[in-house]
Amino acid sequence: MKTITVRYFALFREQAGTGEERLETAASTAREVFEATRDRHRSSEPLGHCKVAINDEMADWDSPVTDGDVVLLFPPVGGG
Amino acid sequence: MEISETPIDTDRLRESLEDPRAGGFVVFEGWVRNENDGHEVRRLEYEVYEPLAIKEGERIIAEAEAKWPLIGVRIVHRGGLLELGDCAVWVGVAAKHRDEAFMACRYLIDELKVRLPIWKKEHYVGSDSGWVNCERCASHGLDRTG
Repeated sequence: MKTITVRYFALFREQAGTGEERLETAASTAREVFEATRDRHRSSEPLGHCKVAINDEMADWDSPVTDGDVVLLFPPVGGG
Repeated sequence: MEISETPIDTDRLRESLEDPRAGGFVVFEGWVRNENDGHEVRRLEYEVYEPLAIKEGERIIAEAEAKWPLIGVRIVHRGGLLELGDCAVWVGVAAKHRDEAFMACRYLIDELKVRLPIWKKEHYVGSDSGWVNCERCASHGLDRTG
């Protein structure tokens, strides 16, 4: 098990009722963190519409997560 | 690349790109409009994750500079609460000739809309509000309608 900090943004933050939480998890990739927190962010979006960053760097869903990482879950973006 | 929580000073930005070598200057200003998808919009709110918005914005600018010979590029995106008519995003490009200025400006606005960690919440007439999600752009690369 590892400890990951998960940060939620925009719609995900409102759904989760918090911007950030600690997660004790066996997840080994960003995708597994997204799935493990689905009941929190309650995303109904296909994964491809969302984005993920790890420790303030844009990442892929297959990117590995390690103990102490901060995983940022972004719902579909809409700037401009 | 800047994020601003206060109104964008478009005159100052334009002046910052003035250069005697530049023969052309193209600017795109995104404005808050009063309607989206059949909803009457009263105001809107941008949530920006600034550390990555800056980093990714700088990356997009570097890509444009690698594609076209540009003299100056500035992007400013608003955060916070905006009223109708406010400038939400400003993209300015100065170049020797107009072709590269037009093409780079188009590239910058299209890329930033689908890549920067920025979310728009519309507040509608009545008390309703909603996050605008750019699903089509996220899944198909570019949204050229917005």
